[in-house]
Amino acid sequence: MSNESTEQLHEELFGHDHITVIEPHGNLFELKLRELWGYKDLILLFVRRDFVAEYKQTILGPAWHIIQPLMITIMFTIVFGNIAKLSTDGLPPFLFYMSGTVIWTYFANVFTEISGTFTKNAGIFGKVYFPRLAIPVSVMISKLIAFAIQFGIFLAFGAYYLMTTNVLVPNGWILFTPLLLLMMGSLALGGGIIISSLTTRYRDLMVLIGFGVQLLMYATPVIYPLSSLPEKWQFWAALNPIAPIIEAFRYAYLGAGTASWEMLSTSGATILAILLLGTLMFNRVERTFMDTV
Amino acid sequence: MVPMAKTVIKVDNLSKQYRLGQIGGGTLRDDVNRWIARLMGRPDPLAKIGQEGAAHARNESFWALKDVNFEVKEGEILGIIGRNGAGKSTLLKILSRITTPTEGRITMRGRVGSLLEVGTGFHPELTGRENIYLNGTILGMRKAEVDRKLEEIIAFAEMERFVDTPVKRYSSGMTVRLAFAVAAHLEPEILIVDEVLAVGDAEFQAKCLGKMKDVSSQGRTVLFVSHNMGSIVDLCQRGLVVESGRLIFDGEVGAAVTCYMEKGVSHRKEITADDFSGLLRDRILIESVRINDIDVGAAPLVNPLETITVEVLGTSKAQLSNMDLFVTVYKDGVRLFTLFDQKQWGYLEQGAFRSVFTLPDKVLRPGHYTVRVGGDRKGGFEWLLSGDIGRFEIMDMYSDGFEARAHGIFNFPRTGMRLQVRKDQ
Repeated sequence: MSNESTEQLHEELFGHDHITVIEPHGNLFELKLRELWGYKDLILLFVRRDFVAEYKQTILGPAWHIIQPLMITIMFTIVFGNIAKLSTDGLPPFLFYMSGTVIWTYFANVFTEISGTFTKNAGIFGKVYFPRLAIPVSVMISKLIAFAIQFGIFLAFGAYYLMTTNVLVPNGWILFTPLLLLMMGSLALGGGIIISSLTTRYRDLMVLIGFGVQLLMYATPVIYPLSSLPEKWQFWAALNPIAPIIEAFRYAYLGAGTASWEMLSTSGATILAILLLGTLMFNRVERTFMDTV
Repeated sequence: MVPMAKTVIKVDNLSKQYRLGQIGGGTLRDDVNRWIARLMGRPDPLAKIGQEGAAHARNESFWALKDVNFEVKEGEILGIIGRNGAGKSTLLKILSRITTPTEGRITMRGRVGSLLEVGTGFHPELTGRENIYLNGTILGMRKAEVDRKLEEIIAFAEMERFVDTPVKRYSSGMTVRLAFAVAAHLEPEILIVDEVLAVGDAEFQAKCLGKMKDVSSQGRTVLFVSHNMGSIVDLCQRGLVVESGRLIFDGEVGAAVTCYMEKGVSHRKEITADDFSGLLRDRILIESVRINDIDVGAAPLVNPLETITVEVLGTSKAQLSNMDLFVTVYKDGVRLFTLFDQKQWGYLEQGAFRSVFTLPDKVLRPGHYTVRVGGDRKGGFEWLLSGDIGRFEIMDMYSDGFEARAHGIFNFPRTGMRLQVRKDQ
């Protein structure tokens, strides 16, 4: 039976209404965004669930989102700023480390959480259908809430320094914050879904991720500015797609950092490629992983 | 001209193959070890002893479903039955888009709601109300739809007082009631249910089945998998029988159930004289015992609303006077009653005989019964008696007028009387 007559037959039988076709092979590249949009209620409920569960399960609740970055920043300031005396690009060390931490934490949390999507949700995936991407997307959003709290603290400290010193030069780049966030989130999403697709084959990858993310932080200008690296290394360091984003973020709010459109576009291209690869792998794995889990 | 009912599900040559052996559960460390060993020319460190061709073992596969074809029209209630491992759950998983087919194609029209488990997505820290929303949207409802039905759902679950407490404090019965209440209010065009009714007590199951009947009477299509033949016959008009991945029957539900049950006959052995004790066992040979025309070896299912006819076929090698042939019915090891084939002692002629025993309808209640068969000759010395020669089951029914509340083994007519002795104001 030719493909065409099957289509006609289906038209006759089913008309134009909401039709679902289930076949062995789908288009690996399609993002099924429209379907995802149809499930936006579910995505928001996932966000709500994660937030409520976290709130009720940790001793400090949302206060944790305030205490944790504060503690980390203080530690960095003492260890890297005072003891190791690393350069902070002429900025107050406390703010320098806080800015890096705040945006890095968003990336790290989203990436790590998404990496575990298939392993953690095998139960629910085996019982009901919804676009599997709904969970990674909900993670991107729920971690944004934590980011917002930490960002608020950062702004508060920033305002304090702004009023008491004149080292800070916030500028127009602040307007690009949503773009920077989007890039950061997309990178975490893309990387996360690549890893989670791999975890369906290699379960022990999850253990490596925690470790890998730690290492990645040192390879990224979080606790040191890009400019403090030797010239030769700067090029390689800038290839890390996160580097330009963090530098631009610091430059926007604090006035010192290597913000460059060139680097950002390279970063953007890398992020796009990672997203594409991730989508490919995720789509492939999504269809078959229930058979192997 | 009557418009033909539209097709809502069309399954074309559906096949699903599973690979055997361990795939996907591996670890990076194992693969790296294997790879290094191969590089160094050493044997695979992870192969089991005696399994040199481990690589081949990993390529074995089996077909969970093969060439399944069927069509479902709008408003049909379709029962899918088959033994464990026949492929029913795989079929449902593919229809629910949880896994994908290896070959073939399915086209469905309308929203699909699948109930493969009750309480999917429930989070213990969330309240009942919050979980209603979560579970409802996971099952495919929009938030607005859940808003609309919220009160109804809470009422159906009878959980008005507890709906704002976290689910982790619920008893398991409460969780099931809540989860099912959400599921029962799913209104997809196509509803797929997989044995979720096995959870919960009889009253609850009846409530759920009732709701499913409502759903279908609204013109929605239902696919129902269950091992409870009673509910299958009760709810469905059409039945599919799946056996070893293939669709072996597609037709009227009663016939489907019969087909399914007869599949169990193949393992039954012949009745021989060794199954009997007593002096007469060499002279009277019982060849078959059938209930409602199905061999008792197949443990036939009997509709409680039908008369039960037991047929015993055999041959007698000699003419025997004053013979009674009988069938005894047991339940849980207790002998309930004996049915005789004649009103008084009579002659059993030499040759083949056929004895028929009739039990009126609605006497025995749902349950499992065992059957023994035998013969008795006046005088007490000459008799024959079998061990448990077969079983039958009286199905549970959920329809009205069935006296679901009466428990016990027998149904008695309502002969009680109540006389008002005095009326207090």
